[in-house]
Amino acid sequence: MTDGTGTQPIFVVEDLHVSVEDKPILKGVDLVVNQGEVHALMGPNGSGKSTLANAIMGHPRYKVTQGRILLRGQDVRKLTPDQRARDGLFLAFQYPISIPGVVMGNFLRSAMKARRGEDLPVREFRKLLDETLDLLKIDPEFVRRYVNDGFSGGEKKRAEVLQMALLKPDLAILDETDSGLDIDALKTVAEGINALRGPELSVLLITHYQRILNYVKPDIVHVLYDGRIVKTGGPELAGELEKQGYDWIIKEFAPEAVGALAASGAGGEA
Amino acid sequence: MVTKVQDVAGDRNYKFGWNDPEFKAVNKPQKGLSEKVVAGISDMKGEPAWMRDFRLKAYGHWLERPMPTGFWGGNIQNYSLDFNDIYYYVKPVAEQGKTWDDIPEEIKRTFDKLGIPEAERKFLSGVEAQYDSEVVYHNIREDLEKLGVIFTDMDSALRDYPDLVREYFGKIIPPNDNKFASLNSAVWSGGSFIYVPKGVKVPMPLQAYFRINTESMGQFERTMIIADEGSDIHYVEGCTAPTYSSDSLHSAVVEIIVKKGAHVRYTTIQNWSDNVFNLVTKRMAVYGEAVGEWIDGNLGSKLTMKYPSTYLLEPGAHGEILSLAMAGPGQHQDAGGKCIHAAPYTTSVINSKSVSKGGGRTSYRGQIKVYPGAKGVKSTVRCDALLLDEESRADTYPLMEIDEQDVTIGHEASVSKLGEEQLFYLMSRGMTEAESAKMIVNGFVEPIVKELPMEYAVELNRLIELQMEGSVG
Ligand SMILES: Nc1ncnc2c1ncn2[C@@H]1O[C@H](COP(=O)(O)OP(=O)(O)O)[C@@H](O)[C@H]1O
Ligand SMILES: [Mg+2]
Repeated sequence: MTDGTGTQPIFVVEDLHVSVEDKPILKGVDLVVNQGEVHALMGPNGSGKSTLANAIMGHPRYKVTQGRILLRGQDVRKLTPDQRARDGLFLAFQYPISIPGVVMGNFLRSAMKARRGEDLPVREFRKLLDETLDLLKIDPEFVRRYVNDGFSGGEKKRAEVLQMALLKPDLAILDETDSGLDIDALKTVAEGINALRGPELSVLLITHYQRILNYVKPDIVHVLYDGRIVKTGGPELAGELEKQGYDWIIKEFAPEAVGALAASGAGGEA
Repeated sequence: MVTKVQDVAGDRNYKFGWNDPEFKAVNKPQKGLSEKVVAGISDMKGEPAWMRDFRLKAYGHWLERPMPTGFWGGNIQNYSLDFNDIYYYVKPVAEQGKTWDDIPEEIKRTFDKLGIPEAERKFLSGVEAQYDSEVVYHNIREDLEKLGVIFTDMDSALRDYPDLVREYFGKIIPPNDNKFASLNSAVWSGGSFIYVPKGVKVPMPLQAYFRINTESMGQFERTMIIADEGSDIHYVEGCTAPTYSSDSLHSAVVEIIVKKGAHVRYTTIQNWSDNVFNLVTKRMAVYGEAVGEWIDGNLGSKLTMKYPSTYLLEPGAHGEILSLAMAGPGQHQDAGGKCIHAAPYTTSVINSKSVSKGGGRTSYRGQIKVYPGAKGVKSTVRCDALLLDEESRADTYPLMEIDEQDVTIGHEASVSKLGEEQLFYLMSRGMTEAESAKMIVNGFVEPIVKELPMEYAVELNRLIELQMEGSVG
């Protein structure tokens, strides 16, 4: 598959159908990410954003019933999550789980060893770690703590970006890495993403709100609703969503759902 | 990658199952137990009359007492353990080795495999290693001796410090305490004896290695620590055993006295082969403002029944028990601890962690007892069990006997399965399922492992990894 310029897209999702406990959640999602692009994936709560992220990463409970997921043209569906990670996929979790007793520093070192296929000399590891901690304004004490254990919401999100920075994936999915952050933390995280994005790192930025998109400029914006991408556009689409909420898109797509959505309070951030 | 549980056992046996075939134990007596055998042990050792009597009385208790079937114990009557098919005393060398040069080559090879010489070079303040029933190597650094610290084997202590031994021997754990304490009292051999004088703080852990190396032999060491007022001692004991085809019995007794203001920490890591019955009685008497701690790690064995207990006898005494158990296929770790609050303002903490896999079973069995009038007692018990698969089992049997109103007692227990979300998280970072599971298990036991001296922490993590290999995927 090519994008017409002769180069292969780094990541493609084709007609993806995903079920959780036999309940269909994604109902045919298509996505083409070219090398170096940042795609924003927006949509109201429950539209299936995290389901897409988990299915791409290979979570055993998220069953792909139809369609393909291609990284550099290779179908990853048969691969285990760790193989996908070593091949260059990364997921920053919406709700990172804590693993008591596992020291962050050891965890990071093991993960880097797995991703690179070899151990990094201690001094190099230290240096890289210190630089990245600095970039993300994370207290160095942090590496002595247990993975996500007792972390504040903001610390968890930064820790996810830290891992992304160290593991150097080809495609990173950031699942609502912006939510729950105050404005300073949001700016730091955005700076981190901006420092890393480029030809080496393509990003699928999942967000419920458009706020982070003021700092991380997307190339393309998609709106996911009820398991389908219902609209795709340029960065201006995010701006329209901010002004008008999701209603106007949904009105086009599923007019009967507008009332329920408004009642649930979901929509653009006030 | 090892994938089957059987392969894991095979691998572990290969790495930790050695046995020197050429080595011949001297004075190897008959299997089985009788009054004659008991008296014979005492006579061969040239013991004073009171010890000979003590042994024979204990043998009488052993005959009288039934097997434990009540609250304490992991249903030992369900196993086919033949007490007549066991050697009760084996003496590997004629004389106790004084220096490293005196030690027979075969034994040195075994010590090599255990890493003792290296360990000694690095950090040991004194080594005492039990090979079969007799202590063969024993070395105390001179400055410890100058401090008046006695660190020797129990047989030598009986010979060299008869009054001290007689004053405390069998006082904390009487010979009729339970059936296995009776057995040990009748046939005991070896074990460590430590005395720390008033106010002396031993600057580094004292260590001893124990080892079973004769098929079907029982190991009945007897350990005693007396920490005089205001003293401080950390004793560490680790065991690995080779695997044999028929059952082996290990039944130790450990008695510890922690006098006013003293601090004793007793750390054990045991990794018995899968056919060993490990039935141990451990008890500590803790006096005013003193602190007694058990750190107890149980891996391997067929059945372990071990509930280190702490008797808090005067105000301000504090007891702490950290218990770690890991049970694999065909294994039952029945472990826990007891804290007996016999005085006001005494405090205790029990923290138990267990991991079961491949159909293994762990039980936490514990007791908190508060006597009437023991006001202001505080105690917390926390037990967490981790199951690595559907076939494995974990149970909690907490016994609370609180006969005083003015107390604060907390108890928390959890049983969890190896978390799918935790596994997915680690795997999404590139680590295989097996690596991820190992990491989670090591994290689970970390609160206990971090209390161990570094070398033991490393060894324990390695043992856990060996046990974990092939448990998933
Ligand atoms: N692990 C799960 N178990 C059961 N239902 C799930 C699970 N994950 C997602 N769902 C369901 O799938 C739908 C989409 O959820 P999700 O992907 O989390 O949406 P979003 O991330 O867009 O808020 C919801 O109806 C949710 O209830
Ligand atoms: Mg979500």
